[in-house]
Amino acid sequence: METAQKPKSIDDVIAKYPKSREQLISILQEVQAEYGYLSRESIHTISAYLNLPSSKIYGVATFYNQFKLNAPGQIQIAICRGTACHVKGSLNLLDACRQALGIEVGQTTKDGLFSLETVACLGCCSIAPAMMVNGTFFGRLDKKRLEELIEKWRTAGRIEE
Amino acid sequence: MTGNALETRSKVYIGMGTCGLATGAGAVKTAVEKWATAHSVKIDITPTGCIGYCKAEPIMDVVTESGHRVSYSNVTPDVAGFILDEVLVRKNYKLDGMLGQFKNGKAPLPGIPMIDEHPYFRKQVKYVLRNCGVIDPESIADYRAHGGFKGLDRALTMTREQVVAEMLKSGLRGRGGAGFPAGKKWQFALASKSDKKYVICNADEGDPGAFMDRSILEGDTYSVLEGMMIAGYAIGADEGIVYCRAEYPLAIERIKKAIVVMKGEGLLDKPIGSSGFQFTLRIKMGAGAFVCGEETALMASIEGRRGMPRPRPPFPAVSGVFEKPTIINNVETMANAAHIMADGADAFASVGTANSKGTKVFALTGKVVNAGLVEVPMGITLREIVFDIGGGIPGGKAFKAVQIGGPSGGCIPAEHLDIQIDYESLKTVGAIMGSGGLVVMDEDTCMVDMARFFLSFITSESCGKCIPCREGTQRLYEILDSIVSPYAKMADEEANLLRFNRVLNMESLAQVIKDTSLCGLGQTAPNPVLSTLRFFRKEYEAHIYDRKCPAHQCKGLLTYTIDTNACTGCTLCAKKCPTSAIVGEKKKAHYIVDEKCIRCGTCRDVCRFSAVSVS
Repeated sequence: METAQKPKSIDDVIAKYPKSREQLISILQEVQAEYGYLSRESIHTISAYLNLPSSKIYGVATFYNQFKLNAPGQIQIAICRGTACHVKGSLNLLDACRQALGIEVGQTTKDGLFSLETVACLGCCSIAPAMMVNGTFFGRLDKKRLEELIEKWRTAGRIEE
Repeated sequence: MTGNALETRSKVYIGMGTCGLATGAGAVKTAVEKWATAHSVKIDITPTGCIGYCKAEPIMDVVTESGHRVSYSNVTPDVAGFILDEVLVRKNYKLDGMLGQFKNGKAPLPGIPMIDEHPYFRKQVKYVLRNCGVIDPESIADYRAHGGFKGLDRALTMTREQVVAEMLKSGLRGRGGAGFPAGKKWQFALASKSDKKYVICNADEGDPGAFMDRSILEGDTYSVLEGMMIAGYAIGADEGIVYCRAEYPLAIERIKKAIVVMKGEGLLDKPIGSSGFQFTLRIKMGAGAFVCGEETALMASIEGRRGMPRPRPPFPAVSGVFEKPTIINNVETMANAAHIMADGADAFASVGTANSKGTKVFALTGKVVNAGLVEVPMGITLREIVFDIGGGIPGGKAFKAVQIGGPSGGCIPAEHLDIQIDYESLKTVGAIMGSGGLVVMDEDTCMVDMARFFLSFITSESCGKCIPCREGTQRLYEILDSIVSPYAKMADEEANLLRFNRVLNMESLAQVIKDTSLCGLGQTAPNPVLSTLRFFRKEYEAHIYDRKCPAHQCKGLLTYTIDTNACTGCTLCAKKCPTSAIVGEKKKAHYIVDEKCIRCGTCRDVCRFSAVSVS
């Protein structure tokens, strides 16, 4: 997910798509994969490219859970709030995470290192409670292990397994 | 090198689905590679999908010298080396964690049980999941070797009408939730006249607590795509779209790879043989909206719009995506279709009950010993799934209920454990088949909290188009919220009493939402509330009258207290309390200030003297 090389310009990212509304969600997904979020500028660029009002694009971007309108942290923690995880205590996990990071769901820490979000279901319910961090799954978590992981990443400044 | 003769070539299978990878299958693979280098043996490692026994992941199968495939569970990198030492060098197959050997047509290894006789697999019937965990999902040759594309070949020798007739005969009902006969859908789409038709595979598995489709897509990718091609031929469509949720990166990668391989093999984008049938496939990633599991919303999403449902008719089979006739089937239905065409409708229909044919895949999760993916024949009882296959409740706790059908389904209590699993029987207890999530709950689960959990999910996932769903579910959530809130949180005395009034209206409000919502999401949204209210009324009453949560889950109703006799004054809890709600002198009993307490339970977790109690 994280790309070390210089990000491509937004025009390069979207140029390969045909100019049709059908492509909007795919374009938004690729722009977000490239930059981590959808900035105001990128929404305007896409609007000009597709000849579609920015308001329409904003409407789509806010409808779907996947899209972020603010820059996320380097380490994006997504705690699963699916049924199986809920039964296995993911709410306590979320509370522990909020306390350890000092932020609420949807926020990013001041140093830009961590951001916290919830996800409806990661689909790995058999190893509940689970979370996804920058695309990697962590399962069978408990409060202690979560706090240890966060501490480790905080010290290292990046994800270490 | 050891003295024993060592084959210079061996084969190892490692379960590398998402659950396998999350529990360390990657490290196991590295360990096997290392072992091979150290012993100068060439080991072919085949990554497979999930065999379903997720509790035992990572799972590794080793092919013995005699050509038998033996499966081992809970493999760590260290254990992997040990297993290879034992199996390949010392020829000793009976090890701890052995699951059993696979059937391979040869005489079985003596003394090693068959894997289908393992208690977890004994009652299962693998129809859709036959290849999951067995074949390399990225190898089209492996898929063909296990009977792949036979269904498509057979379909292409038949007329479109014959294929649809075969589907009707099989009695396959949609596995996505509502259970509409798949053959009927195809029949309507075939009857629609149009120059362009679409086949959509709904892989937007949004139900929290369900992962059947992910496992099929990851473990037997080609079967789903084959099913789509058969559907395409049957209705006269030349384009297929897989709508897969973005949370399944591995599944998406495998579908993309499979499409490239199929193009290379001449199965896509050009006419196949003399049939003249030509099909093209592409993948569209979902962007995270539960409502997009509803077919009209899904189509809006494919068109690049907000995923909002629209009233039906017109049905998608008449006017669907881009206003062309479309059929939408879910992943499991598509995979079933491929196998039905290969094995014939009669083989499929021989399993199951009168109105519910075949098998169903369930994701068995929650408070159950053997969490994982199970495929059972329709008509099996819930008790068999939870206790015989699932191994019951861990920790000697009491069984309370099973939640089936996700946010649209219901909770089935212990007294209905002997209910048969089929579409009609489940309806009689206020639940639905749904897509196949089975979440087991024990005595520590609060049913009011469960209902509230599902409603909070629905309120955030409601698309907002129709009022009953948008506003009604919000009000329903507020009612549940008010009965799990402490007295201190009530705005005034009036609010405290109004709680009762609102609870009285809960059922009628739920009924209105059910009757008047636009789409399936809203119409089924009150089900979790209605079913828990029906079977667990006592728990609701305890919350309302006594302000007590019998399962100790509703934080607002809990009180943490420190037993002054047991407390040694070690100050650990006071140090750890995030809100500094614990006061007391060193070596003297401590005290919790209730107004400051946020009920996080940290003090109880850290106390070494079990002095903190909760009530």
